[in-house]
Amino acid sequence: MPLVAAQSTADIAHNDLRDYVWTMNFGPQHPATHTTLRLVLKLDGERVLDAMPDIGYLHSGFEKIGEHLDYNQYVTVTDRMNYISPMANNVAWHMAVEKLLGIELTPRAVYIRTIICELARISDHLLSTGAIGLDVGAFTFFLYAFYQREKIYDIFETLCGARFTNSYTRVGGSSHDITPLVVEKIRAFCQDFPKTIDDMERLLNRNRIFVDRTKGVGLLSREDAVNFSATGPVARASGVTRDLRKDEPYLAYADLDFNVPCMKTGDCYARYLVRMVEMRESLKLVQQAIENIPSGPFNVGIDERTALPSKQQVYQTIEGTISHFELVMANRGFEVPQEEVYCATEAPNGELGFYVVGDGSDVAYRARCRPPSFINFAMFPHLIRGHTLSDIVAVLGSLNIIAAELDR
Amino acid sequence: MAEGGFAVAVELPENVVISKLDELASWCRKNSLWPMPFATACCGIELMATGASRHDLARFGAEVFRFSPRQCDLMIVAGRVVMKMLPVLQRIWQQMPEPKWCISMGACASTGGVFDTYCVVQGIDRFIPVDMYVPGCPPRPEQLIQSIIDLQDKIQREGTIGGREFLATQRQAPKRALVELPVLQPANALVRKA
Amino acid sequence: MSVPAPPDLNERFPCVTCSEFRGDTRLVVPRDDLVALFKFLRDEHHFDLLVDLTCVDYLKYRGAENRFGLIYIVGDSRSAARLTVRTFVNEPDTVVPSVTSLWRGANWLEREVWDLFGITFDGHPDHRRILLPEEFTAHPLRKDYPLQGLGERHNFPTITRGEA
Repeated sequence: MPLVAAQSTADIAHNDLRDYVWTMNFGPQHPATHTTLRLVLKLDGERVLDAMPDIGYLHSGFEKIGEHLDYNQYVTVTDRMNYISPMANNVAWHMAVEKLLGIELTPRAVYIRTIICELARISDHLLSTGAIGLDVGAFTFFLYAFYQREKIYDIFETLCGARFTNSYTRVGGSSHDITPLVVEKIRAFCQDFPKTIDDMERLLNRNRIFVDRTKGVGLLSREDAVNFSATGPVARASGVTRDLRKDEPYLAYADLDFNVPCMKTGDCYARYLVRMVEMRESLKLVQQAIENIPSGPFNVGIDERTALPSKQQVYQTIEGTISHFELVMANRGFEVPQEEVYCATEAPNGELGFYVVGDGSDVAYRARCRPPSFINFAMFPHLIRGHTLSDIVAVLGSLNIIAAELDR
Repeated sequence: MAEGGFAVAVELPENVVISKLDELASWCRKNSLWPMPFATACCGIELMATGASRHDLARFGAEVFRFSPRQCDLMIVAGRVVMKMLPVLQRIWQQMPEPKWCISMGACASTGGVFDTYCVVQGIDRFIPVDMYVPGCPPRPEQLIQSIIDLQDKIQREGTIGGREFLATQRQAPKRALVELPVLQPANALVRKA
Repeated sequence: MSVPAPPDLNERFPCVTCSEFRGDTRLVVPRDDLVALFKFLRDEHHFDLLVDLTCVDYLKYRGAENRFGLIYIVGDSRSAARLTVRTFVNEPDTVVPSVTSLWRGANWLEREVWDLFGITFDGHPDHRRILLPEEFTAHPLRKDYPLQGLGERHNFPTITRGEA
């Protein structure tokens, strides 16, 4: 295949004098890569001597398009970044924008965002653990996981009208308020979900085949995890305790009670277990937050000039009319300082941060995303070296690589 | 099936059905589509949801997902296709045997969607033939199922007329070289060299 | 959570300037002191995690004096302490010392900055494009490159029904 990248990576085999070493191409269209990434492997029989990832098969210019869409429009693009937990990306983007603008959210909005972030974490971990199961041969496990994901889709659909790419948050609040029907659905989910997760743990945690295929595979020590900038469940499975929800409590995490699961072994099995326990902790967070959700407005007030006022305000007060009019006019948007901020959240995959440069207009001058998948995937050659070909799918699954976030 | 109204000279027993070979072949084809999921991005997750328990694509005879293009006759392009991926897409399309069809799932595959950027191909139909477009970002599983039903109608309607797989000349014609190297020099020669 | 700059910073690095906005501490360092500063922060002040490495092209930024700003965000792996370190480079000398000797995680991040901005990293072990194809000639996140590109995205052969 005449891709030039292949020629430049193929020379890892040609430089080698051992002629029994051969080179194999893996991807970019392969079911176990889930999305689009490519590996050029140097193999000695079944043993992987070296792996050379070749990414960019889904590079779509997210950061360039961020320089042309305004602060509210860009949220639709963040949806498509890590598309198995879009809500977490929405919140991360708008937290960065609100930090740049210096906006304080209302208590209700803070709780709503906490709830949707944790639901997004559950749905992300369901798919990533489900995919490990699928790849090492446990298909039933995947179906259990996907069924619960559909329920979370239902909750999001009731909340904002879209089941999958939500685009829910806005600068200073969100597009819709949380309704009693949504609260009811979340409560029903909280009751139902522990049973499923018990079933899932019973299916795999002590399954001989699964444990044999994941334990001791893809070892990552604490020093390497820090040196490779790993964050999130991948780092926490290697003994790094850093979790921004605890260390830098944003949103409502300071008020809620939860634990941060950590392990020391740093193999695929540890990463799987950390994700399973995190789902239980997230469920605890959702349960606490949904019962303590404060009343009041879900958007910041008119005087902040960022969130659209309610229809009642627009039709009945002159301030509301003026505010609405100014916000929707092209050149009368927000007042943005000419400054730069970095704001990070603990997304399901790791630290998801945005570096936003404002230039006075309502379009970001630069919208840099710190993508956890990209940084976690950089250590893949280090993890796979010395393992067999069949371990690749286990390691890939445990890192939870999402190509759209990897390439942006 | 034989509602065309032919005058038949002999009386047929009740258990004999007369049809055109063409229609019979189309009927067989449309009810056993084997999709090749070319899932790149978000639409791929909805494609998985279509195949999973709640929506169950198996009801329409199209559940046999095969990851080898040699075994497939329906390519579902789900997600945006970018410059680096397009040669791969073309190569996979050429590897699929005739007869074959293509569904372009979602706004990004059909038109580029929100990604009007330097590296996203603005519609795969510029580079490979497409039979069915599914709008939505991403389309709901119901929409994808509807598009497969519509494609089945299309297969039945078109039949094998012009079926190139039966043409001897076509079969023996030398295949053109798979995919040439993409030429990625800027179209505008005046651009400053980086 | 951003922390104040280390107290002994200014006596070790007199050229470093410090500013603050919304609780973020930002240091601006000359390019030549970059690696020494990171070594100092990592070994003596526990900033052992390279959180992010990116670049901004200030070509059309109001009041900007330099063309490119490189942004390094360093953190502590045991807390959420964070510092932003910036350095500026101008054309034609867009060479920055690589920090891959300190953090192996910087490898891909520096390749990405090379790919999208055309900043060269001196001492990088694998200085290739990472996201775009090797044949690509431009650096698309520069401000003088248009959003829709220069026609590269449609520069491919077309396959029709007849020649499948």
